[in-house]
Amino acid sequence: MTNHVKYRIGKSAAFKTLTIVLAFACVVPLIFILIYIIQAGITKINWHFLTNLPKPVGETGGGIANALVGSMIIISVASVIAIPFGILCGIYLSENRKSRLAYWSRLCVDILQGVPSIVIGIVAYFWLVKPLGTFSALSGSIALAIMMLPIIIRSTEETLKLLPDSLREAGFALGLPFHRVVLKVIVPCGISGILSGVMLSVARIAGETAPLLFTAFGNPYLSVNILKPMQSLPLLIFNYATSPYNDWHDLAWGASCILLIWVLTLNIFTKLMTRKWKVQL
Amino acid sequence: MESTIVKSVDYNAYFGENHVVKNVNIEIPRNNVIAVMGPSGCGKTTFLRGINRMHELIPGATAKGKIMLNNEDVMEMHPIFVRLKIGMVFQRPNPFPNLSIYDNVIAGYKLNGIKLPKAEKDKIVEHSLTRVALWKEVKDSLTKKGSFLSGGQQQRLCIARAVAMEPEVLLFDEPTSALDPISTSTVEELFHELKKNYTLIIVTHNMQQAARVSDKTAFFYMGELVEYDDTKQMFTNPRDTRTQNYITGRFS
Repeated sequence: MTNHVKYRIGKSAAFKTLTIVLAFACVVPLIFILIYIIQAGITKINWHFLTNLPKPVGETGGGIANALVGSMIIISVASVIAIPFGILCGIYLSENRKSRLAYWSRLCVDILQGVPSIVIGIVAYFWLVKPLGTFSALSGSIALAIMMLPIIIRSTEETLKLLPDSLREAGFALGLPFHRVVLKVIVPCGISGILSGVMLSVARIAGETAPLLFTAFGNPYLSVNILKPMQSLPLLIFNYATSPYNDWHDLAWGASCILLIWVLTLNIFTKLMTRKWKVQL
Repeated sequence: MESTIVKSVDYNAYFGENHVVKNVNIEIPRNNVIAVMGPSGCGKTTFLRGINRMHELIPGATAKGKIMLNNEDVMEMHPIFVRLKIGMVFQRPNPFPNLSIYDNVIAGYKLNGIKLPKAEKDKIVEHSLTRVALWKEVKDSLTKKGSFLSGGQQQRLCIARAVAMEPEVLLFDEPTSALDPISTSTVEELFHELKKNYTLIIVTHNMQQAARVSDKTAFFYMGELVEYDDTKQMFTNPRDTRTQNYITGRFS
C-alpha cells in the first residue's frame, strides 16, 4: 500500500473517532445532571413528600402536593388550549403550502419559537393579569400554551408534509370532501408524529419557570381554582432553592428530582408510543 | 347497443399559463375499454384527471369546456358527486396504510361516513374483491393492513376500492407502470371482466398494452387529440402521419 493511501485511511479513522468522541461528549452533561439531581433528591421523596403541603419555616418535613397538583392543572389547561390550535394550524400549513397566509404564519411561528419565555411571561402579565386584576393559573396556562404552539404546529406540519400526495388523491378520488380527507386519511396516517410533537411540547413546558413568575405566581396552599394564584413545580423549586432555609432546600431538591423524572418519563413514553403508532406507508 | 356515456366538448385544461389540453372533443361509448396513449407530456393524464375533476386539485390548474356524463355536465356538478360516479385508479398503488384490507375496500363508504349494516358491507367486500380476482388470495387476511400486500395485489385492492362504489366509469392512470409483468397481465385480464359492468378509460405509455386491452384508442400529441378510432383500425391503418410515426416508434 502506498503511503498516500495509508495517510487517507488514517485521516478517515481520525475523523470517525472525532465524531464518536463528540457524540459521547453530548451525553456526558446529561448523565452528570441526572446522577447529581437524583442523588440529592431521591432520598427526599416518599409518600409523605408527595401528599403533604410545605411546612412553614422552622418545621421539618412537609411536601409538595400543592405544586404537583398545580403543575398538572396548569399544564392540562395549557394543553387544552394549545393542542387543537396547534394541530389545526399545522394542518393548514401542510395542506396550503404555497399560499401567502401560510408563508407569513410559518414565519410567525418560527419567530414565536425564538421568543424568550420571560418575554411571553411579561406579555401575559400585561394582557391578562393586569386587566383581570389578579394572578391566576389560567394566565399561566395561556402563557405556556403560547410556548407550546410552535412545537405542535411545526411537528404537525412536518409530519403531514411527508405523507405522499397519492394518499390525498386516493381520498379525493373516492369523493371525500376536504375535511374528511384530512380527518380520516391524513391525520390518522400522521398521528404518531403529531402526538410526539404534542408530548414533546408538554415536556418542554413542564419545567418552564419564567412565564409562571408573572402569571400563576405561586401559592403555599393547595388550590384548584384556575382563576386564583397556583403553585407549580418550577415555581416551588425557584422560590425554595433561593431561600436561606435548609428544609426548603431539601424540598427544592426533591421537587427537581420529581420534575426531572416526569420529563424523562414523558420523553421515553413518547418514543415508545411513536414507534407503536407509526403507520407503515 | 352502443350509447355514449362520456363526451367532452371543447375541453381545455391549463396549469397557470400553460395550455396542456387543447380543444378535445371525444365520445366514449358505454361498456368499452378506451386506451389513451401518447408521448410524455402530451396531456393525456391531465385530460383523464379532468374527467373526474381531479385536475383542479392542483394549485393553479384550471379547465374550460364541457365534460358530459350521461348528458350532464360534470363541470357544473359538485366534484364530490362526480367522483362518486367516476372512480379512479392511480399509477402507484395507494391503499390507505392505516386501514385493513377489508376497510380499504369499503373506504369510500366508511370514510364518507355512510353507515351500512355488517352483512351489506361483507357482501360489498366479497363482491368487489371477487371482481378484481383478489378474493381467494386475501379472504383469510382481511384484517391485515393493505400495505401488507404485494404491489400487484395492492393495485387490485385499489381497483376493488373504486369498484365498491359502483361507479359508472373507471379511470386508470397508467395502472400497470409500477407493476411487474405478471401483475400487469393479471390487471389487464381484469379489464376484460370489468368492462361488462363499467366503462374503462385507461391512460397508458405502453402501445402493446393499448393494443391488447382496448376497444378504442385515442392518440394525444402536444395537448391535442390527434386521432380517435377503433383500436384495430388505429394500429393497422392510422389516418394521421403523427399517429403513424408514434406507432412505428419514430418518436416516443
